[in-house]
Amino acid sequence: MNMILSPIPWLLVIPLAGAVLTMLIPLNWRSPASMFGLLTQLLASLLLGYQVSQYGTQIYAMADWQAPLGIALRADGLATLFILMSSLVATACALYAHLYLNLTKRGHFWPLLWFLWASLNGIWLAADTFNLYVGLELLTFAAVGLVAFASDERSLEASIRYLYAALLGSMAYLLGVALLYGAQGTLAMDSLAETWHWGPTNQVAITLILGGLLLKTAVFPMHTWLPPAHGGALTPVSALLSALVIKASFYILLRFWVEFEVYRHLPSLSQLLGVLGAGAIIWGGWMALKQTHLKMVVAYSTVAQIGYISLMFPLLTAENSEASLMAYHGGILMLLAHAFAKAGMFLAAGNLIYCTGKPDLASLAGMSRYRPLNIFAFGLAGVSLMGLPPSGGFNAKWLLLQSSFLSGQWWWIVVLLIGSLLSAAYIFRVFAYTYQETEATDSFRRPPITIELIALCLSVASILLGFLSIWPVNVVSLPGPFMEAMP
Amino acid sequence: MNWTDSLPLAVLMTSFLAATIIFMLPEQKHILRSTINLGAACIKIILIIFLIQAVLQQNYPEVRLEVLPGLDLILRADSLAILFAGLSSVLWLFTTLYAIGYLENSPNRSRFFGYFSLCVASTMGISLAGNLFTFLIFYELLTLSTYPLVVHRGNTASIKAGRTYLIYTLTGGVVLLLGVASLYALGGDIAFGDIERTAALVGTWPELMTIIFILLIAGLGVKAAIFPFHGWLPTAMVAPAPVSALLHAVAVVKAGAFGIVRVVYDIYGIELSWQQGLLYPIAIIASFTILYGSWRALQQIDIKKRLAFSTVSQVSYILLGISLFGPLGTIGGLVHLLHQGLMKVTLFFCAGNYAETLGIHKIHELDGVGQRMPFTSIAFTVGAMGMIGLPPVAGFISKWYLGMGALEANMGWVIFILIGSSLLNAAYFLPVLKRIWFNPQQGSWPHERVSNCRDAIPLLLIPALVTASLSIAAGLFASSILSPLGWAELITLREYLR
Repeated sequence: MNMILSPIPWLLVIPLAGAVLTMLIPLNWRSPASMFGLLTQLLASLLLGYQVSQYGTQIYAMADWQAPLGIALRADGLATLFILMSSLVATACALYAHLYLNLTKRGHFWPLLWFLWASLNGIWLAADTFNLYVGLELLTFAAVGLVAFASDERSLEASIRYLYAALLGSMAYLLGVALLYGAQGTLAMDSLAETWHWGPTNQVAITLILGGLLLKTAVFPMHTWLPPAHGGALTPVSALLSALVIKASFYILLRFWVEFEVYRHLPSLSQLLGVLGAGAIIWGGWMALKQTHLKMVVAYSTVAQIGYISLMFPLLTAENSEASLMAYHGGILMLLAHAFAKAGMFLAAGNLIYCTGKPDLASLAGMSRYRPLNIFAFGLAGVSLMGLPPSGGFNAKWLLLQSSFLSGQWWWIVVLLIGSLLSAAYIFRVFAYTYQETEATDSFRRPPITIELIALCLSVASILLGFLSIWPVNVVSLPGPFMEAMP
Repeated sequence: MNWTDSLPLAVLMTSFLAATIIFMLPEQKHILRSTINLGAACIKIILIIFLIQAVLQQNYPEVRLEVLPGLDLILRADSLAILFAGLSSVLWLFTTLYAIGYLENSPNRSRFFGYFSLCVASTMGISLAGNLFTFLIFYELLTLSTYPLVVHRGNTASIKAGRTYLIYTLTGGVVLLLGVASLYALGGDIAFGDIERTAALVGTWPELMTIIFILLIAGLGVKAAIFPFHGWLPTAMVAPAPVSALLHAVAVVKAGAFGIVRVVYDIYGIELSWQQGLLYPIAIIASFTILYGSWRALQQIDIKKRLAFSTVSQVSYILLGISLFGPLGTIGGLVHLLHQGLMKVTLFFCAGNYAETLGIHKIHELDGVGQRMPFTSIAFTVGAMGMIGLPPVAGFISKWYLGMGALEANMGWVIFILIGSSLLNAAYFLPVLKRIWFNPQQGSWPHERVSNCRDAIPLLLIPALVTASLSIAAGLFASSILSPLGWAELITLREYLR
């Protein structure tokens, strides 16, 4: 298909062009130009969604250079869903940032956002392991830059910590890819999968790759860099990081896991990933319950939610294909619901902090009376994160529960249920603070209604997902190399 | 598709849309908000009347939405659904009227009425749910939408009560989820009424199905406040009076009881539950809760606390009726679902009137209040007599059928439970009535707010009088098909003839 008709190249070219352009033009032109970019991104991802659901997996060779020499891009059902998810969430966060940041900050925000977006789309669409590496590195630099953006001492420290962790992860990944290239002489995912053999080199390579990706995804106990980075960043940045950035390394992990059939050959490793996930659910939930600052509660909640998503690995087994399919659907739905709910929750939390002027929980007293709409947005996102119905989070939890039943792994049921009670505890703890009434007279700052509505839209999306789950489930089940490698 | 098929969705949406609009309205738009609220409540009653017509003609409107592969969200109006939906929609109208009067000049009304409507929307969803998955969704939504109402006042006591409420209900919800999910894992999506499927499952896995039954009943029992899961109910009394009325009479405890009715009749089937010996333990727990609740009520000196323990006791009458195998017991249990709702809401309205008008919260402060607030006191007396089970108030009919049902099921000992409980009911209500009507007034009222008119303001008084009249009418016109008794007989007929 030629470049004009296929939306795939546009999904990369527009953000890259946007990044370069917004660096060059004057400050007050950057927002209008970016708005135009947002619109084209949305249109391109919708068009891709249409094409993939109509005609199946789309493959595109950049400048018509075929693999193994050129850069091949591939949009299957999974990639398409991630493209749509990142377009919707990033658009909401970008609009929020435009209203929330002042002119100078905003001006510096746009180039970083566009780089971030380009690297995300690059990762979703990449068809070879080296492009994935390039995407990961670009993503790291854009994300670290955005964290440092808050430009106070704490966020600088957090961003340095984040940078070290992320670089270590990328290095491990690159080393693994180099070993694979040495052993098999190719970088493309499909030809790697075809010639795959479980020799010692490949085992070392896959261990390095998985380790690096787990660190970048902040899977427990490698999560310590995440809460200060996500909790300390500016509000729209926190939302982007928690909703999208950590999903990128997870996405690569999932692709390796399924397309190279790691689940078939290393079943004990999948149990280990499940144990790490369970640890994340319990530890993240417990730490969220201990925090005194609102955004830190939300950040630790991300640690716990990554744990839920990781539970799909032990449930993806070669023995039971029905249970595996449910686990895959459940995990992806959890990830999608988390993207919307967490972005909504971070934005709502940021609005509350904007009102009180203080980041701690105790100063939220009276908020439920002062900004009921905002509390409602926070609450709806909370419903999805707790996994209470009706929400995308609940349907995801339901699928994971059913998969645990089917594959006879009852211990994950216990983890899932304890996890929901823990998350209910930390979310309602925040609620209780907002309902408190104090003697002191209010000295709140009133946020513009538009930024409250953006938070509400994201939270409502996570609830609506509870009614529309069948749609993403169908999209990720579209036939393609990924689904063929599924058990 | 028939036009009536969209009715269940419309019934749900009337309160859901009302909630959404109310959240959007600014705090000061009191009149507009009240109009929307009452308008929605009236429209809902009209829609329910259409549904009753459809169900009488053996036509059960249904809406489906595929949520996950092989799993549907079903809203379906059968005769049992109408029973609960009818009760909720009638009481919603009067509780809203009452709440408008009760919360006059108080802050945060937008938030209050928004969650109030959301709470009714979830009750509608619970009554119209066509499978356990849909039921679970609205059951949890009910927990979420009542929490803001319980903590509405924002003081330390209400926040603490809210916490207790959540600990109980969310844990119950998790147990219920476990039950529903395991049932689905065994047998797929079982619609209410599809009892052949369950019978086959019980044939294959008898022990597992018994465990699932226990999980389901335990999860639902938390909201139905059966012993030992009743602790949240008296604590939640810190909420404003209309909330207590709604929690006790309509929404929360009844959602639990209604869920148990669904599990016993429409998932397991009454005959199968009886054969498997699942009903007998329920009868024992219900009997114990009846006596225990009454006993605790006797010890309370706070009016609302006494009423709360009375609810603990009275809701178990419904469970007792369900657990008595035979049509008469079923009728007794189902009819009490409605009767208890009408009578309890009356009592809570009156308790709220005493508190709002004269500042009376304790029972010993009620001395001589019959002279001062005769109409409220008459309504209170009607409710109390109904609770004791004196004719012609509706409560008598429930107890009559329960007693007959016990004999029919060869469980004669239940008669003694009923007699014992009636005596205890009399012991904790009659002294209150004596104080109201016969004792002279002791000193001045604790906090007199209404001095120029004799009784409570009309908006508080009228709902109490209407629900009191309805509880008498339910007793007097019990032979009509549209009376609670008539409808319960219809359901029972269709249940046992299946």
